[in-house]
Order: sequence, then C-alpha cells, then structure tokens
Amino acid sequence: MIDVVSASIVNLTHPGHYLHWGFIQLSLANSIVILAMLAVFVLALVLPFRSGRRSRR
Amino acid sequence: MTDTVHSDSAPPNGALPGTGDENVTGDEKMWTARVRRAAMRTLPPDKLLPDRQPSYVASWIYVFGVLTIAALVVIIASGVVLTWKGPSWWHVSKVGLFFNSIHLWSVELFFFFMVIHLWGKFFMAAWRGRRRATWVTGVVCFVVSIGAAFTGYISQQNFDSQWIATQAKDGLNSVGIGAFFNVLNFGQMLLWHVLLLPAVVIAFVGLHILLVRRRGVVHPFPARARPARHRITGAATVPDEALPSSEIETVLHKDPEPVR
Repeated sequence: MIDVVSASIVNLTHPGHYLHWGFIQLSLANSIVILAMLAVFVLALVLPFRSGRRSRR
Repeated sequence: MTDTVHSDSAPPNGALPGTGDENVTGDEKMWTARVRRAAMRTLPPDKLLPDRQPSYVASWIYVFGVLTIAALVVIIASGVVLTWKGPSWWHVSKVGLFFNSIHLWSVELFFFFMVIHLWGKFFMAAWRGRRRATWVTGVVCFVVSIGAAFTGYISQQNFDSQWIATQAKDGLNSVGIGAFFNVLNFGQMLLWHVLLLPAVVIAFVGLHILLVRRRGVVHPFPARARPARHRITGAATVPDEALPSSEIETVLHKDPEPVR
C-alpha cells in the first residue's frame, strides 16, 4: 500500500531531471526546494506576526 | 572548618544571596563557589529563562530558529532508533523504512529551517552589538551539519552511499584530506556520523542558545538619517543628528512595550 501511494506521488525509477545554465547544473528537485525556501523566506518577512498579549504600563 | 550557620541575616562578605555561600563562612573562596558565582554572573536565571522579550523579537525569523532545533530533536531521536536497530532493519522492515524516512526528512527540514533563519539573521547583520560569537557559533553549526549530513548519506549501506563515497573520495583527495577523512572507510564514516559530528552540532547549538540568552537578539537598524525631519525614539522626539549611534541603540533597547 505504501509503495503504491509513494509511487503515485514521485516516480523514482528513472534518472532525475536536471536544469542547465551554461556550466551550472542543478537537479529539478533541488531547484524546487530552493524556490520553496525563497518563497517561505519572503512570507516570513511580509506576513504579520501575532505578538501575543501586551503588557500594561 | 566552621560549623554550618543557618541565619536569616546578611550572608558573610563576598557571598551572593541564594547561591549557598551564606551557609558556611570561608567556603566562598572555594573553587566551587567561585565557579558558581561566575556562572550566576554570566547567565543569571532571569536571563536564561526571561518572562519578557523586546517587541522586535516577535518575528517569524526566530520561529525558524526554534523549528531548526525541533527538527534536530527529531533527527537525534530517529537516529538513536536507527543506531539501535542497524542497517538490516532500516533497509528491510516497514517500520525500519519509516524511521529511515523520518531521519531523512527531518534532516531536510533542519536545513530548510536553518537556512531561512540564516538568511534573516544575515540581512539583520545579527553580529552587531558584541554578538559576533552568536553569529560564529551559528555558522559553525551550519558547516558541521553539512559534514554530519554528508557522512549520513555515505552510511546508508546501499549502492547510493557507495556512489557518493567514491565520488567524494576524488574530491577530498584533491584537497589533501583523503588520508585523514577516508570516505571509503565505512567504519570511520559511521562513527563520525553517529558520534563526533552530532556531538559538535549539539554542543554548538547549546552554546548558540546560551549566547542568544546572554547577549539578547540583535536590535533593529536605527532609522536612516533624515536631516529635515524628527524621529520618535520611544523616549522623546529628537532630531536624527542629535543622537549618536550608541545612544540610539540604548533607546532601542529600552523597549517601550515588551510583549510576552
């Protein structure tokens, strides 16, 4: 069952996909992770942070 | 040796209240008392576990630091189970494969969270205000973690790990460290992975957290100089040029509205 589910998400039985820019070679999987990190970083900067209960003075 | 004295009166000279020094006269010169006093001065309990933080700590960037530590806890816990059961278990049984995946994906998340934390702290210039050691310990954690992950990939005991090891061997030989750090020596790599490198990572993460507690997190950058305007500092409205940078930092440290 686990094999069926995992196989339907990502097929690992073929060579990986790579992106090429001149001498730069980057796997598609790593590119996706880097883009996801950049997206989460931007969200971390722009999304408001709920700061909790403020103290009374 | 003087007998133990229990009293509500002031402790003898040199003793700190609450440190145990007030119990026996003369004990305050012992090395244990001196170490205890130094520890209390360096990391008093209210700094180790403060009730409040400045308002600028309310940022997602620090959440990613905490998430990094959470991922490290999962890495260590799953790694202990893998070490306990061995490769024939993590390659064959379904539970073993599950723990193998947990170990892998917690490492992926560990680096994911740590790099976002690193980016944020880099653009905050987090080494300002005598926080160089905090920054450097974070960098050491990052670099040593790469080594720990690398030795993990070549400790998998499969064709993938053999491929990685033989490719890495050429690279490490080319920089002259192949004889000391032999990636084709499985026993050496496994021990680096399960003992030496995790110990260094855990030690530096602990040191990093203690330094964050001792120095506090870095304050925001002062507002840019605008000669024609006035700026609100929280204490008073003053022209930009009226405050030297050190005083701006002092004002910023006096957080007007601390949050829990």
